[in-house]
Amino acid sequence: MDNRNPSPSLPGLCLIPREDGIPRALFPQETPETYLAQARILGSAGGRFLGLWGAGDPQPRICTAFLLREGLFVLVLPLPKETPSPSFPSLSGFIPMANRFERTVRDLFGFRPEGLEDTRPWVGHDLWAVPPLSLPPGSPVPENLEAGSLDYPFVRVTGPGVHEIPVGPVHAGIIEPGHFRFQVVGEKVLRLEELLGYTHKGVDGMFRNRDIAWGARLAARISGDSTVATSMAYAQAIEQALDFSPAAGVRALRALLLERERIANHLGDLGAIGNDAGLGFALSQFGRLKENLLRKNRQHFGARYLFDQVTPGGVQTSLDDEAIADLLEENGILLAEILALHKIYDDHGGLQDRFQNTGVLLPEVAHRLGLGGVVGRASAQAWDLRADHGGDPYRRFPPALALAHTGDVAARVLVRFLEIQESLSFSRALLEHLPEHSIAESIPDNSETAEGLGIVEGFRGEVLAWVRLAPHGVVEAAHIQDPSALLWPALEIAVPGNLVADFPLINKSFNLSYSGNDL
Amino acid sequence: MWKLLLKIFRTGILTEKRDQPLSQTHPPGFGKSLAIRHVDAGSCNGCELELWALENPYYSLSSGGVKFVASPRHADLLLVTGPVTRAMKEALLRTRDAVPGPSRVLAVGDCACNGGIFRESYAVHGGVDAVIPVDHHLPGCPPSPDDLLEAIHQAFGTSPPSSE
Repeated sequence: MDNRNPSPSLPGLCLIPREDGIPRALFPQETPETYLAQARILGSAGGRFLGLWGAGDPQPRICTAFLLREGLFVLVLPLPKETPSPSFPSLSGFIPMANRFERTVRDLFGFRPEGLEDTRPWVGHDLWAVPPLSLPPGSPVPENLEAGSLDYPFVRVTGPGVHEIPVGPVHAGIIEPGHFRFQVVGEKVLRLEELLGYTHKGVDGMFRNRDIAWGARLAARISGDSTVATSMAYAQAIEQALDFSPAAGVRALRALLLERERIANHLGDLGAIGNDAGLGFALSQFGRLKENLLRKNRQHFGARYLFDQVTPGGVQTSLDDEAIADLLEENGILLAEILALHKIYDDHGGLQDRFQNTGVLLPEVAHRLGLGGVVGRASAQAWDLRADHGGDPYRRFPPALALAHTGDVAARVLVRFLEIQESLSFSRALLEHLPEHSIAESIPDNSETAEGLGIVEGFRGEVLAWVRLAPHGVVEAAHIQDPSALLWPALEIAVPGNLVADFPLINKSFNLSYSGNDL
Repeated sequence: MWKLLLKIFRTGILTEKRDQPLSQTHPPGFGKSLAIRHVDAGSCNGCELELWALENPYYSLSSGGVKFVASPRHADLLLVTGPVTRAMKEALLRTRDAVPGPSRVLAVGDCACNGGIFRESYAVHGGVDAVIPVDHHLPGCPPSPDDLLEAIHQAFGTSPPSSE
């Protein structure tokens, strides 16, 4: 503890550097007043709010995460055990983004956010008669018999010619479910409001009283497109709790898997965005490149989407020299293809006409909301864990940050193109300097309760994990936070003022996860 | 523009030959087209990624006359993914009711088949069977595009389903 460097702007909060990732720690707060005060300090010191979640038995608590340049700070507020629905101070007065998170905690645990004026349910949809996570694991949760009559009070816009368009939860395509309510005049969207929670699967409840390996399988299935990122964040959290540091070879292979996931998703997104702007060519070309990559994944890692490849303590597959040579060859081919397609996108007038000035999220708005990820970087927010302080191997071959400033669909397309290129050169460096590796070591046992955090730059943005272990490797509680929960509110801001017909294009340029949001 | 055309020319046709092209084995009642309505009943999005892959040039599902449609009223097959969350039950029932007969239901993925890893959660029904009758099951987490093609093929069978 002696090597901590207290930061003058953050009294009482300091972090220790870590080899396997960014510095991160939990800070228990004694009273609601200090919790509120520390949250204000972290917010005003340039901290980005990254999420808020609850935990129940044996010690009810609220955890709130902030990401600063120094690292990840998580405030923990224990709540009284005896009170049936304890209250905690709401942060939504100065962090508007906390609104949905606090409503989720209220829906699931019954903890009352004091000072939150919004009384509407969020992921719970009023489906249960009692908050499901206020009950012990495995106990049946009584249904709310009036649930069918849930009439969510959307905010309405009135005036001559204003009408409403409801969309979802079932959408017209191969898409996850969610509801969008548009207030429209003529072709123009005046307001967009989201109602999510349709894919709520009770993930936080399922983590309770499981072993670490089962938890890893669940962590891999938070959001299918981010399976490497969520698995890696979970593994980091377990490893921090057990005070274990994976070998350099494991860290390099994990980083490689994470980049393959990023490239695959960015390829898919670029094709789908082009297609939504009317260029079918894009869907075919990027679909082809993505499929080539997935087939290489299956050939060398045994899985197209890399499910269950990252496990606490290690990875599932190692690479021999032949595989490395093959992946290096793939890397070069893909780079040439991407450069050619980027040129075609840039030169295509019709495409640029649809992309530019569509779905603008102004940099100052992105800054105020504290956004990161592709969406944040397309609105000039210079945050990327890999570039900032990724630890090893990112320190050895630091990937450059991809940034754009216009905040429109064009900017989000540009960031993806730049990130694929950067990702390819980073992957090349990893492959060329892959340390001697054994794929997995057994993680140590714990005789006492332990907690840990993990954070990873997934393809959308920062994926966060928290675990609390009871003695001997039992997961007492865990939470995994996909960045989508922070980015959905930004979509509500980027869409108004655009045409209804541009919504699919803007939505695709965000490409947010429903499952990762609803948990 | 010429770069774009050149790229198309150089890429060529990538669609893989299959033993039984879908278009040749459509059951008589369906003519040369099969329409699928997909409902995500709370999946993690893994199955959706592989459904998307069916549209890429290698599998080129639509060249076999099979397409995903926007309305259940246009569909011959209801393809359901996910463990059926409590919040999606009503939407799934209403979508099923909007599909005209004759039609079939295909449950895709471990979650849709039996709830998968989410089976014991308070928030799910534990598979499509628990909510609507299912004609065909395709397990997998997620199933590969080849398995999906095969399952879609089988779901239609070689004769039209009896009118309900």
